[in-house]
Amino acid sequence: MKLEKAILAVITTDEKRISGGAPIFICETRKELENVAANIEAITDGIAHALSDDVFIVVKH
Amino acid sequence: MTEYTYPIIFGVVIGTIARLLMLRTDYRQYPTYLHGKLIHVSLGFIAASLGAVAVPAIMELEFTAVTFLTVAATQFREVRNMERNTLTEVDEFELVPRGNTYIEGIAISFESRNYIVIFTAFIGTLFYIVWNVWFAIAGTIICFLLSKVLQSGSTLKDIVDIEHSELTFEGAGLYVDNIYIMNIGLPERQEEILRYGMGFILKPKDMNTITTIANLGQRQAILHDVSVSLGVFRDSGTPALTPLIKRDLDDGRIGVFILPQVREVEKARKIIGAVPVLENAIRMPSKSRTHNKEVN
Repeated sequence: MKLEKAILAVITTDEKRISGGAPIFICETRKELENVAANIEAITDGIAHALSDDVFIVVKH
Repeated sequence: MTEYTYPIIFGVVIGTIARLLMLRTDYRQYPTYLHGKLIHVSLGFIAASLGAVAVPAIMELEFTAVTFLTVAATQFREVRNMERNTLTEVDEFELVPRGNTYIEGIAISFESRNYIVIFTAFIGTLFYIVWNVWFAIAGTIICFLLSKVLQSGSTLKDIVDIEHSELTFEGAGLYVDNIYIMNIGLPERQEEILRYGMGFILKPKDMNTITTIANLGQRQAILHDVSVSLGVFRDSGTPALTPLIKRDLDDGRIGVFILPQVREVEKARKIIGAVPVLENAIRMPSKSRTHNKEVN
């Protein structure tokens, strides 16, 4: 089976809410969260999606 | 020199001219290069020869000679394959790809135009032999006009109403009118999209159109044509900046989100209106007997 989409990274400021297989990046502030997400988005050619204010995921489409 | 020499020359020449007239380079920019054109003019010449020679063959009661037209058919199917392969290969490197449905449409028209050439040459030569050169010229002109009519299919403005609509964000969700397009997380991306993006709503005019514009190939064709004509604000490695079309499941309207470099609403509306309706996307549920029974 070929995976069409995959979560490349999870970025959060609330470490209680996450665990699991994808690389996780824990940040202190919302600003830092956005910077990290922007960087990972650029590096991996993915798209940063916001699941909530605390959790972003970078997805390869 | 035989009695057939002039009619055959006439048929071949007008057939080739017909091919030249049908070989237009427009905004689709295809075929652009001299070699691509040369290939099609040469094939047009071969097609014209086949059409022209068929008439004397029949006149001389050489009916078996007509079987070589089947060879021609095989040959021109090959043209379609060639076009399809080239365009599919090149499509990978487009910022906004054409999509397979569009490519198939282009490939089919390349094949069919060769048959129009055969037909034109056939009519030209036939009229020349049966009557005289003036009738042949008249017949040719009718063929040219017919091919012009056959060449132009309908465009989107015939089947949908196009309305400009502002882009809005609800949280991270990007919307055109009430149609959800995608989730954009980063505030700076959201700003870029609001600054450079444009939204349009395409309202289908009837039941048949709903299915036609829902076709993914047709939607990709809209995005490709708009991006070719107005430019596109994106690069490789910026998947967040992707023009997209999503559908309202309730009423079949589609929301078009584009990122043009030339941001003129009227121009964009005209360009969307001029997108060809792809033959492969056309559906006619209104022709279904069961459907009509239920409606009436």
